[in-house]
Amino acid sequence: MPGVTTVVLAGVGGQGTILAGDVIAKVAVAQGYDVKLSEVHGMAQRGGSVDTIVRFGDCVHSPIVDPGVADHLIAFELIEAARRLTALSPGGRFVVNTRTIQPLPVLTGAMGAPTGIEAALAYEGAVFLDAEALACEAGSPRSANVVLLGAASYGLPFPESSWRDVIASRVPPKTVEANLRAFDLGRKACSEGACGV
Amino acid sequence: MSRLLMSGNEAVARGAWEAGVKVGVGYPGTPSTEVLENLVKYEDVYCEWAPNEKVAAEVAVGVSVGGARTLVTMKHVGLNVAADPLFTLAYIGVGGGYVLLVADDPGMHSSQNEQDSRNYAAFAKVPMLEPSNSQEALAFTRAAFGISEEFDIPVLVRTTTRVAHSKSLVERGERDSQPLLPPYAPRVGKWVMMPGNARVRRVDLEQRTERLRAFSNDCEFNRIEMRDPSLGIIVSGIAYEYVREALPEASVLKVGMVNPLPEKLIVEFASKVERLAVVEELDPYMSLRLKALGLSLVETGLPVIGELSPDRIAQAFGAPVRETRDAITDLPPRPPLLCAGCPHRGVYWALGKLKATVMGDIGCYTLGALPPLSAMDSCVCMGASVGMAHGLGLAGTAERPVVGVIGDSTFAHSGITGVLDMVYNGGTGTVVILDNRTTAMTGHQGNPVSGKTISGAEAPMLDLETLVKALGVPWVRTVDPLDMHATLAVLTEATQTGAMSVVIAKSPCVLLVKRDDQQPFAIDEDLCTACGACVRLGCPAIMKAASGHPIIDTASCVGCEQCVQVCRFEAIVSVGPACDFGGGL
Ligand SMILES: Cc1ncc(C[n+]2csc(CCOP(=O)(O)OP(=O)(O)O)c2C)c(N)n1
Repeated sequence: MPGVTTVVLAGVGGQGTILAGDVIAKVAVAQGYDVKLSEVHGMAQRGGSVDTIVRFGDCVHSPIVDPGVADHLIAFELIEAARRLTALSPGGRFVVNTRTIQPLPVLTGAMGAPTGIEAALAYEGAVFLDAEALACEAGSPRSANVVLLGAASYGLPFPESSWRDVIASRVPPKTVEANLRAFDLGRKACSEGACGV
Repeated sequence: MSRLLMSGNEAVARGAWEAGVKVGVGYPGTPSTEVLENLVKYEDVYCEWAPNEKVAAEVAVGVSVGGARTLVTMKHVGLNVAADPLFTLAYIGVGGGYVLLVADDPGMHSSQNEQDSRNYAAFAKVPMLEPSNSQEALAFTRAAFGISEEFDIPVLVRTTTRVAHSKSLVERGERDSQPLLPPYAPRVGKWVMMPGNARVRRVDLEQRTERLRAFSNDCEFNRIEMRDPSLGIIVSGIAYEYVREALPEASVLKVGMVNPLPEKLIVEFASKVERLAVVEELDPYMSLRLKALGLSLVETGLPVIGELSPDRIAQAFGAPVRETRDAITDLPPRPPLLCAGCPHRGVYWALGKLKATVMGDIGCYTLGALPPLSAMDSCVCMGASVGMAHGLGLAGTAERPVVGVIGDSTFAHSGITGVLDMVYNGGTGTVVILDNRTTAMTGHQGNPVSGKTISGAEAPMLDLETLVKALGVPWVRTVDPLDMHATLAVLTEATQTGAMSVVIAKSPCVLLVKRDDQQPFAIDEDLCTACGACVRLGCPAIMKAASGHPIIDTASCVGCEQCVQVCRFEAIVSVGPACDFGGGL
């Protein structure tokens, strides 16, 4: 759809994609865009694959998207990055957290751990960052999703102040500073070239 | 007032509040659950979770008979349970406005089947509104109360997952001031549906339907959007948004009231366009009715299974397939799983040891059907486990002990009558009630067992053991499923009593337990023989490693000690407190 930007956040239930999507959507609203945000609750959240879709523009109709439509794919986990690769448009921006959460068939040995994913994703233009490590550096190991928001923010047309305002309003008051540091580290990783646009 | 991002569910709640709703009642079920969870946040509305949808619908009938406005919420399969009151409610009509929100789940994201609830509207002869986004969810719900009172009929509002769980911008209104309600007065001809009165109301229902038919043509929620007249599409719900995206030039008749359909408007629209098509998710509900009107439709070939999408619709009308990247194949699937520390796991481990045939039910514990636990043989509908265990016993073909497994919320929902049946008819099977003190699957709602109401207030806790004994079950025990060997011992005895038995496996959902004092475990490689017993628990914190010895991920281990108990080599040892995690988003 012309004039509409689509961001897909792919991850595993419990990783905080829904909350991250909510932040992006709120920033877009603050910038005056029409916005739709789609999430799936329920069964899938028990450690299953989840994705959250944010779309913004002058007028957004569909909350969901077909393969090949996403302008940005922000993957919170390596296997999910691979699974949702087809969501991304041919020229889309691809940010991948290097963390792997092994799914049950791998844990039980029913299937081998997939290999060569990073290389395959790099070939597809993925840029990588270690969100958990950066979150630790920021002093808040649980804020890996905010690090990824920082990384996502670098490619999105919103002023940095708007991101900071929304994040500050969404996290527990005591953790605002650590979360903003996490955001900065994610954003900086990109501006320094790790996640080129 | 400024526009706000709201999910469809939040918007339905807001619409009901603005309409002056007095009582909200429902039973949780994805994707409907958050409607009531949001409605309860408004002042001057009373909300409650009922034990099941039939009770919820009936509580609301009482509210309506008392003259107040009421909202009932449930997922699509809940309407099967509530169908009995609904059908006769159409006859008696309403006092205060009666609106029932039903949320369908095309694609079965979180459901055991997919049903198109529009059929219920036609079947029960009640009007149905179908919003496409959050703004409409608010407006339609709000208007539904007025329609209900004007036409003396309950009104269904149908959403689907993508409407219920998508957020979009909403302009809110204020709460209507409600007239002071007159004291309740009996109305025998209206509220007492014995045959003589019902026959009168049956005729009246037909007259009300006639009036609704006329109303539908003028209803502002049904509208023609003329663009290019060469193609006209009739569409409702989320599919409208997809059509607008996929075919921005097409003319559209947007149907907001799907029962009764705006037939005059449809015929008018048909006369204005060259080719006419219907785009609808799930059943050919509108297509069949339009064909009955004598209209000829373009065959779109769109599926009757699962969800539509913009591209699916575009391609049905000739658009080329979109260019995409090649998929990376052979990835391990990632099904949902029982959490680390889930108390259900202990029961499945024990049932596995007993080689029991397990008739299962619906809840988090359904995940026990997946490998490696593979401990459940069936899942049909809420409450089915008990009757099915009894029935399988009657078939006489299952050699091993037959056990019905049911969650606490599910037991309160519809398991009690099954136990009654077994007792009454001399069944000899075993029923295990997985009492994790909550309705976990749908997000930890209170229920009669948990002792918490929807507003967080204390409530009497149903004493399952006393209840089951009162039903006449001769052998009843309660056990802590985190104690694996005690659980195995109790289940062994229960399945050998020769009489009907009930085991209550009682331990709170791990997600409700404060994790502060818990210590993660690790594998002592010197003692570990790599026998795989711990891996077979299917715990997400334990991984079978290529090196042989399994690995415990200390970050996800909650220290429940289930694996410790199944390890015969004492190779699983405590490694001290996990690091302190700061709060994130
Ligand atoms: C008729 C009907 N209503 C609602 C649901 C949605 N639903 C699925 S499981 C469940 C409750 C599960 O709670 P419980 O039995 O306590 O098991 P737990 O998830 O806590 O293990 C609900 C409400 C449904 N599937 N069918």
